[in-house]
Amino acid sequence: MERKIRVLVAKPGLDGHDRGAKVIARALRDAGMEVIYTGLRQTPEQIVNAAIQEDVDVVALSILSGAHNHLFPRVVELLKERGADDVLVFGGGVIPEEDIPFLKSKGIAEIFGPGTPTSKTIEFIRANVKRPLC
Amino acid sequence: MKELVRRCIEGDVRAAARLITLLESQDREAYAALYRLKDHAGRAQVIGITGPPGSGKSTLADKLITQFRARGLRVGVLAVDPSSPFSGGAILGDRLRMQGHATDPGVFIRSLATRGSLGGISKATHAAIRVLDAAGYDIVLVETVGVGQSEIDIVKVADTVVLVSVPGLGDDIQVIKAGIMEIGDIFVVNKADRDGADRVVRELRAMLETQAQLRRGQAPLGGPDTLAAHDPDFMHHAGLVPGLSEAVDEESSTPPVLKTIAETGAGVPELADTIVRHFERLMKTGELERKRLESIRYQLSQFVFDEMTHLLSLPELSKVRDELAQQVFCRTLDIYSAGMALFHSIPIQGAAHEDTHA
Repeated sequence: MERKIRVLVAKPGLDGHDRGAKVIARALRDAGMEVIYTGLRQTPEQIVNAAIQEDVDVVALSILSGAHNHLFPRVVELLKERGADDVLVFGGGVIPEEDIPFLKSKGIAEIFGPGTPTSKTIEFIRANVKRPLC
Repeated sequence: MKELVRRCIEGDVRAAARLITLLESQDREAYAALYRLKDHAGRAQVIGITGPPGSGKSTLADKLITQFRARGLRVGVLAVDPSSPFSGGAILGDRLRMQGHATDPGVFIRSLATRGSLGGISKATHAAIRVLDAAGYDIVLVETVGVGQSEIDIVKVADTVVLVSVPGLGDDIQVIKAGIMEIGDIFVVNKADRDGADRVVRELRAMLETQAQLRRGQAPLGGPDTLAAHDPDFMHHAGLVPGLSEAVDEESSTPPVLKTIAETGAGVPELADTIVRHFERLMKTGELERKRLESIRYQLSQFVFDEMTHLLSLPELSKVRDELAQQVFCRTLDIYSAGMALFHSIPIQGAAHEDTHA
């Protein structure tokens, strides 16, 4: 039987805007994925522990506070420390163009800015999930 | 697989999480892992939390985790939310209320989607309980999907079922209907700061006492223990003493009814005490063995049922079924004869999957 793609949608840091995260969660649900939503103001440690317990394929991070250069790489780092580097990590939110190369160099697979069609995100996940699905 | 099981028994979180994923995907090899886990399971108290959507099950679970952790117990949580019948996807949001425990190494929280099961939990829930049990969690909390009236599968996996109600959902006829109201070991009226909470408590107590009397063979009709006896206004006008006792009678067979406000944690320590006492009583009376044996019987039947469903999905049998369906449609056969014909065409011999625990 084919395994379901499981995605953790998380909001690291202190901003309180989760509309984008909820839209993504809903779109992924409609694409047949199981989406775990952990809510606002999560620390990288909370996110990584949840990702491991939930055994997700993907961690989708949404941020608008500007702290992405610190928080995103920390999530990737902690996953690696726990031996969970087979988890695909990507981000979205308000992230300046010039920060994207740095984030990619730190293991964030992709950054989706405002206005990205949800279909693009779904395709990206399907094409890049690292663990075999059956 | 062997390695995964070994790590799981040692309490490795990743291994336990991965095993649950494999069991959810109905991986045949992972089923074999259950054989290796069996010597390490059976210790945990399995607590089911069920109730309507929005009644506060997740928040209550969150506060119960805190209580059990304060008592030095390790807690595993399985939180079930519904899968979409259309896309097969799901939003698993119970964890949101429990994220305060995300960095506590003594707590493991896993969200499960129902994946087509309609009984309030998912098919893999039972196996996932065994995994957490073997991984050394003393308590396994299972939170069902928001239920209506008849999703009662939780009773088949839990030692203790906590049924959560809230004020404002209906009148006293709702509490005497068959189904969900019959499976609670402990009844909780959450959001007890809202209007009508005491009425729900009274109605539940009246229902439970009537139930206990009916079981003892004492028909309560017309006696002072009818529904009206639990209406203080009625009792007052009738000049009767309101006989409502707030205390829980340990030896009585009437399940306790407690009030909580999960948001603030009010009443939750008492709930945790009541849950622990219920388990102690189950052990003392031998009821635990009876319950668990009953649950195993059910799962065995369910296993055969699932295997049959699997066989029916295979091409040869689907073909037979489609041909028979055509005949029923053309009225050359009736549904019963066609059904028997299909049943007898199932190749029982060699049907069981050859892979064992080897």
